[in-house]
Amino acid sequence: MGRYVVQRLGQMVPVVIGTTFLIYALVWALPGDPFAAKCGDRPCPQRYIDRMTAEYNLDDPLPLAYLKYMGNLVTGDFGQTFTGASIADELLQRYPTTLQLTALAILVEVVIGIAAGVLAGIRRGGFLDNLVLVSTLVVVSIPVFVTGLLAQIMFGVRLGWFPVTSDGSLFSLVLPAIVLGSLSLAFVARLVRANLVENLRTDYVRTAIAKGLTRQRVIGVHTLRNSLIPVVTFVGADFGGLLGGAVVVEGIFNIPGVGNMIFRGINAHEGGTVTAAVTVLVLVFLLVNLVVDLLYAVLDPRIRHV
Amino acid sequence: MPVSPRRSVVLGTVALALALGACGGGDDSSDAAGESANTVTVRGCNPQNPFVPANTNEVCGGDILDQVFSFLISYDPDTGDMANEIAADISSDDSQVWTITLEEGWTFHDGSPVTASSFVDAWNWAALGSNATLNSYFFEPIQGYADVQGEFDPESGEYVEGSAAAETMSGLQVVDDLTFTVTLSQPESQFSLRLGYTAFAPLPQAFFDDPEAFGQHPIGTGPFQFESWEPNIDVRLTAYPDYAGDVQPSIDGAIYRIYENDDAAYNDLQADQLDIMPLLPTSALAGNTYQIDLGDRYIRRPTGVTETITFAPVSVDDRFEDPRLRQAISMAIDRQTIVDTIFSGARTPATSWSIPQVVPGAVPDTCGDFCTYNETAAQALYAQTDGIEGPIALSFNGDSDHNGWVTAVCNNITDVLGIECVPSPVVDLATFRDLITNREMGGIFRTGWQMDYPSLENFLVPLYATGASANDGDYHNQAFDDAVNEAATLGGVPGIARYLEAERMLAADMPAIPLWHRVNIAGYSTHVDNVRITVFQTVDLLSVTTTG
Repeated sequence: MGRYVVQRLGQMVPVVIGTTFLIYALVWALPGDPFAAKCGDRPCPQRYIDRMTAEYNLDDPLPLAYLKYMGNLVTGDFGQTFTGASIADELLQRYPTTLQLTALAILVEVVIGIAAGVLAGIRRGGFLDNLVLVSTLVVVSIPVFVTGLLAQIMFGVRLGWFPVTSDGSLFSLVLPAIVLGSLSLAFVARLVRANLVENLRTDYVRTAIAKGLTRQRVIGVHTLRNSLIPVVTFVGADFGGLLGGAVVVEGIFNIPGVGNMIFRGINAHEGGTVTAAVTVLVLVFLLVNLVVDLLYAVLDPRIRHV
Repeated sequence: MPVSPRRSVVLGTVALALALGACGGGDDSSDAAGESANTVTVRGCNPQNPFVPANTNEVCGGDILDQVFSFLISYDPDTGDMANEIAADISSDDSQVWTITLEEGWTFHDGSPVTASSFVDAWNWAALGSNATLNSYFFEPIQGYADVQGEFDPESGEYVEGSAAAETMSGLQVVDDLTFTVTLSQPESQFSLRLGYTAFAPLPQAFFDDPEAFGQHPIGTGPFQFESWEPNIDVRLTAYPDYAGDVQPSIDGAIYRIYENDDAAYNDLQADQLDIMPLLPTSALAGNTYQIDLGDRYIRRPTGVTETITFAPVSVDDRFEDPRLRQAISMAIDRQTIVDTIFSGARTPATSWSIPQVVPGAVPDTCGDFCTYNETAAQALYAQTDGIEGPIALSFNGDSDHNGWVTAVCNNITDVLGIECVPSPVVDLATFRDLITNREMGGIFRTGWQMDYPSLENFLVPLYATGASANDGDYHNQAFDDAVNEAATLGGVPGIARYLEAERMLAADMPAIPLWHRVNIAGYSTHVDNVRITVFQTVDLLSVTTTG
């Protein structure tokens, strides 16, 4: 397994280099002069523009500017935003928040999603099954920003059960995490249900029941474990989606996460900020998918990584 | 116990999940409403520059600096009239050499006294070319400004050491501890009016010792001292016990909570988790929702922002050369209806280029009939011209809420004059301004002006004087230039009269069409009272009280 992990880590290097270049080039290609709007409806002092242009290599051709940027990055210097703040500090402050939010959302989607899926699957056609089907259908059909605003006004402003916006505590991330995880929760519930129903009809389950195993053991160990493989794939791939989707939720609940940073960076044409933030996103995504692939082997003994 | 590969993966996953959950959870000390009862929370935003007055030209950082600093003069929050603050006296015989004496007893928050050199050194630093500050143009009128600019190497973009002819401006002279003189390169009667702007703040020695540290933790002279800044979270201010101003704040401190999203802040306001929001979001203004949400806890306040439409310079687009054509377009715009239906009262129709509700001396009728909706007069005037080859584009930056009114204005022009007018969004403000500054934008386009200080001069000279920095339409009128130059030397009532004369000249040429002036609608929670908003759209923290 060790060799497999090293091989996968090695594959990440070209991916990361490719991503950084792509992102840097895209921000570079944004039309307009980043300092044209900095001083309201009049041009900024020429001295200021000169200084910033030199500081951020904005006059260099793209490959040279990119190489300079990567040179600094390799030595651990993430550079500064146009406002003079250290990008590394900002990443350190914002990433934990976004990761916390995403981890909470995954927790919500996995725990509630699997529970709902199992409940629906074992009593197929029953009341619970129909309830889960209808409620997930509703959740899937509403975009996240609508759910977010509704939940905020309902549970934050009107009922006062949750803080309206983030105040830095973990508790204030609960409502945003539920909103963020709700869409995937619906998918997870349906995936689990469908797989469970399928697997309950298989021969080995019949054998297990015939052997006299308890219903709990048949469902909990023999059926559920096999039904979880597609769910793990989904959750792994979804992790990236959640990190991206967090941009919207972060905006609604005023959570100082990476989404806001990227959004602001793009608006300000700050190549360094956007590249750094997105690259870390890519890294996190790649690592999570590696973990997912390793988890397959755990869930299904037939899969081996050599 | 040997750990199997399968088990190690499970353990690793759990450990990773725990680590994700645990990191960053360290500082939970800031609870939403748990501040002292006599502290208010204000909607803040991320400052775009370090907290250095000479480098702060936007509202997020400016809001906070204006609470932390006192200036030579202050502007009355209601009328905009100036009054001496740190200055005991500002006087000049010829509007060119100004003698400024300071009141005794002002101190910085670190205890050091405010002296004449606190101002002179700060202004010299701001003007010096090698510091390349954003606000350096405010010091341009001072004699010797050109000498301290120096040069940047066009190749490397680096500042050339020693290229400046002088390190300090010759126009600034310290007379004694509490007196200094300012010599301008030409007379300007309204010079003293601008001294309350952020860029003119005094700076303590601590700034020059370490400008970078200062930018993270500014030390001022104002009613509130800077306590802490947690980027993206909040800025905390506490009342300065030795504040030397006439009015002492009644609150113990203020917290500027940083929001990146207006609607999030507004929802907090409704839930009483935020006390003061100086500018309500468009979504709350639509249909006057805010009056239902907040009851009478809101304030309407005219501010120093005006919005105009500017005609592209003749060199770019020569279709608008005839002033009658421009006047006809102006008269075709039904300002009142647009203000009522689209802005829900957050604007007032403009009949002048300066803002009479905010600027002392300004009058509402300088544009007069030409800025009043009159279908028949517009058509009659248009019939006298050679007409225009359509379609014309009305350009605006598409990243802001402009589409509604631009479409309405275009419909007006098309319906009344029969010229095809096309709303043309440009992707974002940076691109939009870039096109205008490089004189690549034809047709007509949205322009706006946020005053630096409440004076007629600030609404005329930077916008319409020949070659001025924000003269986007390349307006040139010798009589106008002469009038504002003369007004600058006159001062007092005659000066104002001359400025108004200059403003009336704009009606004849119509280089830009006044549309409306912005009205600030602010909201506050049940926790505070006596909230006042200044002409700069900031909160007057000196008057705010808490309801306990």
